Amino acid sequence: MPEILDQARARVLGDGVGLDEAGVLAVLTLPDEHLPAALQLAHEVRMRWCGPEVEVEGIVSLKTGGCPEDCHFCSQSGLFTSPVRSVWLDIPSLVEAAKQTAATGATEFCIVAAVRGPDARLMKQMREGVAAIRAEVDIQVAASLGMLTQEQVDELVDMGVHRYNHNLETCRSYFPNVVTTHTWEERWETLRMVRDSGMEVCCGGILGLGETVEQRAEFAAQLAELDPHEVPLNFLNPRPGTPLGDRPVVEGKDALRAIAAFRLAMPRTLLRYAGGREITLGDLGTRDGLLGGVNAVIVGNYLTTLGRPASDDLALLEDLKMPVKALSATL
Amino acid sequence: MTVQPTVPSGTTPAWCDRCGEATGDGPHDACARARELEPPRYCAWCRRRMKVQVVPTGWTAVCVEHGEVRA
Ligand code: SF4
Ligand SMILES: [Zn+2]
Ligand SMILES: [Zn+2]
Repeated sequence: MPEILDQARARVLGDGVGLDEAGVLAVLTLPDEHLPAALQLAHEVRMRWCGPEVEVEGIVSLKTGGCPEDCHFCSQSGLFTSPVRSVWLDIPSLVEAAKQTAATGATEFCIVAAVRGPDARLMKQMREGVAAIRAEVDIQVAASLGMLTQEQVDELVDMGVHRYNHNLETCRSYFPNVVTTHTWEERWETLRMVRDSGMEVCCGGILGLGETVEQRAEFAAQLAELDPHEVPLNFLNPRPGTPLGDRPVVEGKDALRAIAAFRLAMPRTLLRYAGGREITLGDLGTRDGLLGGVNAVIVGNYLTTLGRPASDDLALLEDLKMPVKALSATL
Repeated sequence: MTVQPTVPSGTTPAWCDRCGEATGDGPHDACARARELEPPRYCAWCRRRMKVQVVPTGWTAVCVEHGEVRA
């Protein structure tokens, strides 16, 4: 057994204290033959510190495309020649999407907009949309609307948005290679305000942007410092027309190493499978990740791309004897 | 997947609905594979970029000329 896994067993599993950056790097660079042991340990950590439940979430794009920012992975930036056109979802369709999400057994519905930060029109749409969902659908509402002002944070709390997603996307040292229209520190500032407001913080990122394995470890350590309630882990799905459109997808084993390492860095967080898992890991990998530290999934489609049918994921959870977290347990 | 009602039956599309290039210009097998996990982006009949809305359980794509496709 590699020394790092022995250390992690005592420190993370035993004491509930996450690995530091050097420890994460050691897990990320484990030889293939030790990957099953790393996943097994990450799974034990998740079961001990989070339990067997899996949180199921659906997401929808309220405002798609035409974003003024230049995140190099994103098909919704208006600065690239991506074929994604700008479009707004109307409120009845938003409510319908929330109903369909709730019908899968999901307890979370995240409303997303491709913006630098919300303007008055978007906040008005949110206010109406969230009120309509809360009146008609039994589901918790989360939001992801870019960088916020303090007033907007307060408004979202007032609307009843219980969790806010704002991804740091990658580590601080690599961020300027991925985004030039705003800084990592600006994102951190929004996260700080969200945290102080009492909303749950959801913050993760994308692996496979060209970061080194050391930078992946740096990212895990920075997320651990933030200590978010939830960490969505995406794997780059290279989008046509974007600056990262020709990058290779993350290798399946590296993705699984990252899942184990992120879990060992953050024993208590909700670690969510987000975009790109279908392409990087396929069906088998989805199972391996759920047995290697992941305890939350996005079901159904993503914002501009499609996912596996929700029923496939729910059947897998049943097969793994992992109960879907119930709404009563989250309220 | 529904086909736009305005399209005459029996005709074959001229454009790849993923990359927007001519269907006759070489294989679009990679596009077809990618389309299993993506909605269409171009109208297959006129190559216009479509307005596409993805929701958790489906998607709609609209061409101003040829109408809506959905799945
Ligand atoms: S801010 Fe969000 S929507 Fe805009 S380009 Fe960046 S990732 Fe895409
Ligand atoms: Zn094509
Ligand atoms: Zn058309």
